Amino acid sequence: MKLREVKEILEAEVFVGHDQLDMEVKTAFGADLMSDVLAFAKAGSLLLTGLTNPQVVRTSDVLDIAAIIIVRGKRPLIETILLAEELKIPLLGTRYILFETAGRLYAHGIVGCVERVAEKRDFS
Amino acid sequence: MIYENSFLVEGKTFKNAGHVSSQVKNLLQKMKFSKEVVRRAAIVTYEAEINICSYAERGKIILRVKPEEINIEAIDEGQGIADIELAMEEGYSTATPKIVHMGFGAGMGLANIKRFSDVFRITSEVGKGTHLEMIIRA
Repeated sequence: MKLREVKEILEAEVFVGHDQLDMEVKTAFGADLMSDVLAFAKAGSLLLTGLTNPQVVRTSDVLDIAAIIIVRGKRPLIETILLAEELKIPLLGTRYILFETAGRLYAHGIVGCVERVAEKRDFS
Repeated sequence: MIYENSFLVEGKTFKNAGHVSSQVKNLLQKMKFSKEVVRRAAIVTYEAEINICSYAERGKIILRVKPEEINIEAIDEGQGIADIELAMEEGYSTATPKIVHMGFGAGMGLANIKRFSDVFRITSEVGKGTHLEMIIRA
């Protein structure tokens, strides 16, 4: 699905990346804990999070996250927006809570970047 | 050795947290390492950098690149770690509310570094600082 459709499904506001809405996304990961994002999220996924500070963008850059969706109607900090612009990572915001955001995307075919963690975790 | 560089990291502040990791990632991308190798190197550098920003007074990250492996050292001056075995356990943390507020301090950092590295060494002296060495094989 294109990021443009994600925006429509979530009635999202685009803070950064108006020119990147034709990007294709297939998977997502949701967490507020950046250490968990680092441990589990895969490159090319959407990141759904309630965290609004610049570390969300740094973490996304390190992992090659496709785009960031800030949930629960939170506004990103200005430093967060500036860093997302600098690193060219689309940053969107939705008023849906994390559960609803994930559910709505899942219903439209976006799946988790990992379904569940293995008993013995593969960190490759 | 095809490349060596050292980057300073400011301690006890998140102002520039992750800046060194972004630079390391860009350098390795330009050197044409595989996406997977760049990603693993970037993750371990980032976790190490976040640790310095969280706990140390100051630190540096040294990047040494050879065609067959990437060696990353994170050396800090700071409080050090009293019980390394305990600190390596997932979920063990001494994080302050400020660190948690930034999305870290869940006790995953060192465990993540170990898992994403091919070789991981850690030494620490209480009151002096901590030394991490990570090797990622290309």
